[in-house]
Amino acid sequence: MRDISFSEATLEAMSEEMERDSRVFVMGEDIARQGGIFGQFRGLPQKFGFDRVIDTPISETAIVGAGVGAALAGVRPVVDMHFADFITVAMDEVVNQMAKIQYMFGGQCSMPLVLRAPDGIIRSAAAQHSQSLEAWFMHIPGLKVVVPSNPADAKGLLKAAIRCNDPVLYFEHKALFATKGPVPDGDVVVPIGQAKIVCPGSDVTIVSYSLMMNKVLQAVEKLADLGIMAEAIDLRTISPIDKAAIFTSVAKTKRLIIVHEAIKVGGVGAEIAAMVAEEMLDYLDAPIVRLGAPFVPVPFSPALEKLVKIETVDIVKAVQQICR
Amino acid sequence: MSYDTELLLRLYRQMAKIRIFEEKAQELFLAGELPGFVHLYVGEEAIAVGICENLCQNDFITSTHRGHGHCIAKGADAYRMMAELYGKRDGYCKGKGGSMHIADFSIGMLGANGVVGGGYNLAVGAALAGKILQQDHIAVCFFGDGASNRGTFHEAMNMAAAWNLPVLFVCENNQYASTTPYRMTTAVQDIAVRAQGYGMPARIVDGNDVLEVYDTARDLVEWIRAGNGPMLLECKTYRVKGHYVGDPELYRPKAEVDHQFASNDPLKRFAQAVISREWLTERQLTNIMAETAELIDQAVSMARKADYPAACELFTDLYAEREVQDHA
Ligand SMILES: Cc1ncc(C[n+]2csc(CCOP(=O)(O)OP(=O)(O)O)c2C)c(N)n1
Repeated sequence: MRDISFSEATLEAMSEEMERDSRVFVMGEDIARQGGIFGQFRGLPQKFGFDRVIDTPISETAIVGAGVGAALAGVRPVVDMHFADFITVAMDEVVNQMAKIQYMFGGQCSMPLVLRAPDGIIRSAAAQHSQSLEAWFMHIPGLKVVVPSNPADAKGLLKAAIRCNDPVLYFEHKALFATKGPVPDGDVVVPIGQAKIVCPGSDVTIVSYSLMMNKVLQAVEKLADLGIMAEAIDLRTISPIDKAAIFTSVAKTKRLIIVHEAIKVGGVGAEIAAMVAEEMLDYLDAPIVRLGAPFVPVPFSPALEKLVKIETVDIVKAVQQICR
Repeated sequence: MSYDTELLLRLYRQMAKIRIFEEKAQELFLAGELPGFVHLYVGEEAIAVGICENLCQNDFITSTHRGHGHCIAKGADAYRMMAELYGKRDGYCKGKGGSMHIADFSIGMLGANGVVGGGYNLAVGAALAGKILQQDHIAVCFFGDGASNRGTFHEAMNMAAAWNLPVLFVCENNQYASTTPYRMTTAVQDIAVRAQGYGMPARIVDGNDVLEVYDTARDLVEWIRAGNGPMLLECKTYRVKGHYVGDPELYRPKAEVDHQFASNDPLKRFAQAVISREWLTERQLTNIMAETAELIDQAVSMARKADYPAACELFTDLYAEREVQDHA
């Protein structure tokens, strides 16, 4: 076990997987010569050559489309989107091609493609560079969507994504790249579709993922001081979602809060709340609470930007309200 | 060829305004005063100014993530731009847009765009609107060499040509797209050749020579206004600053940058040309610099003191607040 950054953890995953399987390659803008905007590809071309670590033109539709074609032809592409916002530029390739091909062609082929997408709010990057769009992809059958919150999961989930024979969207929060944490030695893979109970508790279930998970853990400590024992669940994957982990916890705590940075309307929290309302209503002792961003694009001005972010105090307050 | 003195003074004043605005923005960003990302237009002033001096207020432009220069050249106010960079309420976008998204609809500046290649089709649409409204404005679309590899470039060029729309596509070929040199992502030497594929005429100019840009743009704009359809103008230039302020620029030798700026700075080149031909005096140019520096300083000190937007403004502007106007 060593403490390394989230960015280094993803780099280790890439490196180990490229070592293990010569069919794995990676392409994207400014990744090879520059090492990626967050240093997440640094040193890879020196190890694996510029034929397997490829700088592309600014041509997102061609990059993702070529990734799909390459996967069909037997290799295992990892495609970097620079910023998650730019997936929107290649929406046809993601939604109509990548997600559907396996099913539409009756399972004649698989689609082992990983789309890496740095998302989330960082200091005033404004509306076109700050989005968390994961819920869109949760809505598309055929895609898998992972959302690591710490270096260990970042590494383990990326390894799993690369080994997976289905298309995986890998959302990595821009504010997480520099954060450090313990990462186990060796070939540790975190299975896709498995949530993790990060800390057990009996009074309320808090479900979260990605950067917000850190705020949830801070909130859990504060709540413990107030005598509220919260159970925190890190989803790690939002498609397929680990329904069992959520249901088991809710059956125990009888209260549920879901926290994410993305817009609350139509978000991951909405889906979880609906699932629990459909099948677990009788267990609940309090209304389900969702914390997410208000229904506006992310504003530039620091004065406004802070109003769309969820902070630890918001979580503590919300929990206190339903645990009264 | 000789030039009207007023025009020469205006060209220099506009270039100076961009240069000083950008240097100030750099200084403020590095001092930690400005949030977000800032992409500078230093060294490319001749393009925006040479072109926009040929436009009328009701002509439209679309811009890029490197948009400050285009805004100023089209006539935007330095204070409102600076206020936007600070995220203040007086800014052009009330602080909601920031450096990458400045727009001034009152002068036909349809916005800078954080999505590379996002502006082409907006320009095509703005030109199309002229047909529908029976107005004779034209639309100018600024974009980078890197952006010309986006699919939107090809779709926009084709549609504009097929429909004979009044669009001037202006490629600012500054040799770099973020950290990647032009030759590594683009097989052709000149973006201009791509126009052929859409049956569109194209020209190439020295983008660091404001007089050459101005003269060529005047001809092209006239041609487009006469109803001859779209054109592509490729301006060869060089990105002397990093991709964004704070870019460590590990991807190119500093000597290359220094050499380019020393030998090819559009302001210096203009000054040398007009002074040696005795069209303007050194004194006139120094005065312009001093006046402009004062103007920008004022803009900064006002922007610094301006208010941030209030919390309730988070929700304004998401939808039109007034009913749709009836034009009948
Ligand atoms: C669709 C999209 N892809 C990638 C980016 C990230 N990005 C921002 S600017 C830039 C380089 C643009 O290069 P160019 O068009 O040549 O303009 P320049 O910066 O040289 O003026 C890149 C890759 C983006 N903003 N939008």
